[in-house]
Amino acid sequence: MTNLKIPKCWKVSSKPHNFCAGCGYPLMYKALGYNIDELKIQNNTFVGLDIGCALLSWDFLNVDTMQTHHGRTIPVVVGLKKTKPKAVGIAIVGDGGGYAIGAQHLINARMRNEPITVIVINNAVYGMTGGQEAPTSLPGQKTSTTVAGADSHLIQGPRMLSEMLDEEVYIARTSVDNPVQMKNYIRKALEWQINNNGFSLVEVLSFCPTNWHTDAKETREFLNRMKKQYPVGEFKAAKRKPKEDASLE
Amino acid sequence: MRELLTGNDVVVRAALNAGALGYAGYPITPTTEIMTAWNSASIKDKNLRFLQTEDEMSAGFVTIGMIMGGLKAFTATGGPGNVLMQDPLNMVENMRIPFVAVIGQRGGPSTGSVIYSQQEVILTGWGGNSEGYRVVYSPMNIQELYDYTIKAFNTAWTYRFPTLVLTDGYVVKTRQEVNIYKPKKIVKSYPLLLKSEKRNPKKESNYVNLSNTFVTEEEAFEANKVLMDDLMKMKPKVVESELYKKGSINTLVIAHGLVAGAVKEAINTDGKKMKFGMLRPITLNPFPDIALKKALKGIKKIIIVESAHNQLLKLVKEALYGLNIPIKHYGRPGLGVTPEEILKLIK
Ligand SMILES: Cc1ncc(C[n+]2csc(CCOP(=O)(O)OP(=O)(O)O)c2C)c(N)n1
Repeated sequence: MTNLKIPKCWKVSSKPHNFCAGCGYPLMYKALGYNIDELKIQNNTFVGLDIGCALLSWDFLNVDTMQTHHGRTIPVVVGLKKTKPKAVGIAIVGDGGGYAIGAQHLINARMRNEPITVIVINNAVYGMTGGQEAPTSLPGQKTSTTVAGADSHLIQGPRMLSEMLDEEVYIARTSVDNPVQMKNYIRKALEWQINNNGFSLVEVLSFCPTNWHTDAKETREFLNRMKKQYPVGEFKAAKRKPKEDASLE
Repeated sequence: MRELLTGNDVVVRAALNAGALGYAGYPITPTTEIMTAWNSASIKDKNLRFLQTEDEMSAGFVTIGMIMGGLKAFTATGGPGNVLMQDPLNMVENMRIPFVAVIGQRGGPSTGSVIYSQQEVILTGWGGNSEGYRVVYSPMNIQELYDYTIKAFNTAWTYRFPTLVLTDGYVVKTRQEVNIYKPKKIVKSYPLLLKSEKRNPKKESNYVNLSNTFVTEEEAFEANKVLMDDLMKMKPKVVESELYKKGSINTLVIAHGLVAGAVKEAINTDGKKMKFGMLRPITLNPFPDIALKKALKGIKKIIIVESAHNQLLKLVKEALYGLNIPIKHYGRPGLGVTPEEILKLIK
């Protein structure tokens, strides 16, 4: 990004922030902050924060925020949106909050096409609790609960959520090392909520050098490994019919 | 105006008359018809918000979201749903959200039976990793269900403690005559977030950042101190009980909810002759310990009657700690109690 200035909606008194050195969260906040500035929605935005490292940013921005329980952020934002349909509701959750403990809320919010924007920080671990396995941990990845290496089962959140229904929603995946794309996708997600009154989600592949136990170079390399497993881009809703079984005819 | 209604319908009428505009819930017997009646009402009145959620945790948290925006909103559940509801209820306690829920008790443990019990007293009053920073009303009949559901909204929005109306399937499922009136007092709601679109963006204090996390042990201690102090300050203003007797008595029956109704009937027939009366807590939390101690003048024996093994019993024992008075307990988890059974106990 050529713009080196901090977003106008930055809450200056809460800086320096509480995230670890090298964390990807502040980069996402920069992208979100610029979008809030440009869309002029600072006084009309509500951010719900999951327990997980997101909680460290409960007062990161000068917008109304509320931190809630691990996994329950999406329902709170859904409820607030019922009362304030013209407000912009954003839920910021980790991959554990989004795809594990809060998965039922995420799937059902997408199914009901709730007009909110979900930002899932995918750092392939449970950051806040010290680097346990997440639903997104890479095959073979060593975490504190997969000391012999994680198995090959992982969740493709954006693909699952976009393909589960025909109804169009805005779903994309980006990464913190591509700030232009990240800002662009978050912008589109917010605009989708505002203009189409529908569900949107951006998964952000993010750094966690503390729990990856990586130096600067290894951190970039790990993110590149993640990108191979989790392709970035925009996802389309499925318009598929089940194939009929010819043998039954 | 007197109408013939089920308890579930009565809850919806009370909520509407108290100014509630939002409901989120997940179906469970015996309170499902609160949800279906609200849904029907929301078709006619476009101001009413309604959401059938994916589970009770979501129901509670969606209700919280509605309330944050300034709407009076509530939910209803019971049994295993009440267990899941403790998750949002704990957040509500921490963040002082004016949350209202109606709990229709069913028999536990687990899925249990679907209609009746009094086994959710401790859960509803003291559930979760909390210390019971709540108000719990236990109405005795369908009329009180109407009265106390209205009151629950006023209490919640005055003191900002979660307020629960604890009832059961017999009360909410049966159709009875009830007086539906316009409440004299209605406490107004207000937004906790998104208070204005016209805020000076340069002024940080214009923005609300709410957290339920304590960074240090000392912070946790201070926050709990404020909660407990506020609860104790509120207590004399909300605590309620009824002493019911005919003439002088030497035996005091303690019962709440529907069971108290049966005790009342027994007193009406033979209370005078057999010299027994009743103290019934209307608020289970805060518990009317002072009123109970006062009612003990001249009492030789206490009989606690409840549709549970050890719920009301626990509360009474705690309230009477240090007093040397014999207690008889009649606990019938899952079963109703008749006036005849009460009379047998007195003999
Ligand atoms: C109900 C509940 N279970 C467990 C926890 C403990 N806990 C706090 S954060 C967390 C994991 C967070 O991981 P993730 O959602 O991936 O977010 P990150 O910290 O990586 O940003 C867990 C398990 C909790 N706070 N609440």
